[in-house]
Amino acid sequence: MKIIAVCGMGLGTSVLLKMNTEKVLTLLAVPAEVQAADITSAKREGHVADIIMTTPELVFQLENLPGKIVAIDHVFDLVEIREKLSGALRELGKL
Amino acid sequence: MSNFLNDALAEGSIALRQSVTSWQGSFEIAGELLVQSNRAKSSYTTAMIEVFHELGPYMVIAPGVALAHAKPADHVISPGLSLLTLSEGVTFGVERFDPVRIVFGMTAIEHDDHINLLAALGEFLMDEVKVNTLLELTDVSAVRALFS
Repeated sequence: MKIIAVCGMGLGTSVLLKMNTEKVLTLLAVPAEVQAADITSAKREGHVADIIMTTPELVFQLENLPGKIVAIDHVFDLVEIREKLSGALRELGKL
Repeated sequence: MSNFLNDALAEGSIALRQSVTSWQGSFEIAGELLVQSNRAKSSYTTAMIEVFHELGPYMVIAPGVALAHAKPADHVISPGLSLLTLSEGVTFGVERFDPVRIVFGMTAIEHDDHINLLAALGEFLMDEVKVNTLLELTDVSAVRALFS
């Protein structure tokens, strides 16, 4: 399974989101590859991701992509990430 | 917490309890601090402001905290941070996190080369006591002690 963490430049917010998503995946014992991406390459490569993690401000830019969008209000909030990511993983039958 | 934050914050990269009237004003200072500390050319400040105009305030990453940056392009000299604290918060338009009182400017080149720095930054921002202390500090050496 592939997950991308997306922000504007792929250098700040998305890297934080990737790190915390990886922590949550370890807790959930779900194997997945998580990659940080900028919004332009995400639009280009999004078709290969099962889940797209991002912030609410950027959701509208990514809505046309296949892949389940998970919008995280607070990229440091592991509880929020666990809740929302678990939901998405369940929908995909991965949890 | 290691010295990742202090190492990233070169001499001249910190300004405390400044006064601005808009997010743009805060980006201008955060950008100028990156120029002053030899991390970026002045065109980088304009690039950071353009990112906000283009993509919105998604760079507000925690209550009261923004992480401003742009694509490195030709503007970045070396990877690092600047730090600006504001005496009064400014509105960025992110209801859950406004007002912003801490702005980090960041220069980065590759997304994998500053993971340790972002991890250290995240760890710091999760410590509410330290963040509140930072807001009150007026002395750069005290900030460095707080980060070490």
